[in-house]
Amino acid sequence: MASTFQVLVATAEREVYRGDADFLAAPGSAGELGIMPKHTPLLSSLNPGELRIHLGENIDEVFVSGGFIEVQPNVVTVLADSAERASDVDEALAVEAERKAQEVAVSQSGDIDYARAESELAIAAARLAWLRRKKK
Amino acid sequence: MASAKEIRGQIKAIQNTGKITKAMEMVAASKMRKAQDRVLDGRPYAEGIQQVIRHLMRAHPEYQHPFMIKRDVKRIGVVIVSTDKGLCGGLNTNAMKKALIVMKDSGAEVETYNIGRRGTLFSKRIGSKISAAVEDVNDSPSVEDILGVIKVGMDRFENGEIDELHLVYSHFVNTMTQTPTAVQLIPATFEKEENAGRWDYIYEPDSKIVLDGLMRRFVEARVYHGLLENKACEHSARMVAMKAATDNAKEIARDLKITYNKARQAAITQEIAEICSGAAAS
Repeated sequence: MASTFQVLVATAEREVYRGDADFLAAPGSAGELGIMPKHTPLLSSLNPGELRIHLGENIDEVFVSGGFIEVQPNVVTVLADSAERASDVDEALAVEAERKAQEVAVSQSGDIDYARAESELAIAAARLAWLRRKKK
Repeated sequence: MASAKEIRGQIKAIQNTGKITKAMEMVAASKMRKAQDRVLDGRPYAEGIQQVIRHLMRAHPEYQHPFMIKRDVKRIGVVIVSTDKGLCGGLNTNAMKKALIVMKDSGAEVETYNIGRRGTLFSKRIGSKISAAVEDVNDSPSVEDILGVIKVGMDRFENGEIDELHLVYSHFVNTMTQTPTAVQLIPATFEKEENAGRWDYIYEPDSKIVLDGLMRRFVEARVYHGLLENKACEHSARMVAMKAATDNAKEIARDLKITYNKARQAAITQEIAEICSGAAAS
């Protein structure tokens, strides 16, 4: 009996994670998803947030800024808009991105896409909250 | 015959050119390797999204996304991926030829979406409407760099302003070979797989949002992948072109050196002759 399933996390730029897992938590747009082997087929869009890939005692964490997840009984494919491993997120960069997003959201001039700025802000805030939690 | 001094100047100039082309060749070679790696890095996503959409088609053979419905073709859009700079042999010319074939075959009105400056120049030359353009995309492009151009294309398709969207780029085969390639982005066609098992998905938040998002990302991913390949092509084509230029410079310098020596010899011979005749006369 298979007690693990294959996981692929990729962005358009690169492959972020490929390997086995026995549990996966993902920030689905309709709420947090917990996926175990033999999960029923599911397609969901993702919110900005954290992806946790469990294999035994080992937990891998990947931050995604959105995207899609396809779940099949033995394979999970995460097509992320952008993804970062816990190890390569730099807090200073995240703070800077948030500041910039806020700046753009405040100085709302005609040619700037307000909705886009807002979504950037949401991503930056989620990433920062995640990092802060990691640091504790 | 040119004087020895003039020829010496020419040799110097040619050698300098040779040095520059040699440097460009080496820069292109290292950029090419990185660009090739990027193409490989982007492959899992491209394959993943294709797979997911194929699964979807299998789950809902009757469902037709707007991006899959064919309609009468009155006007087409062509996304042309080209380089910003020249000096890369026939790469852009070949891609443009391919684009022209696509345009002719459709027999419809044409508008272009340009990624790269050469494509924009080409569109201006043939007098087609430029609906969107982006230039100066750097060597490690992100999807955001080209999102604007693709969005304009998809929106115009949805609004019925264009009936087909094509993509023209250079496909990287190897360092020596790049093939200009054209694909139809929208309406998208997927080959139907028979006798494959089918399953029903649970959709969150709902099927329409998921499908729409996936289709759009699929189109984006293809254009992005085209861009990556084109980058790899650009650098390898430039490397080859610059290697040829360096070799030519060497050859010309060698020929000039022979001419220079002949001129020098002739001058000495003449001088001796003059001295001898001078001595004989006195």
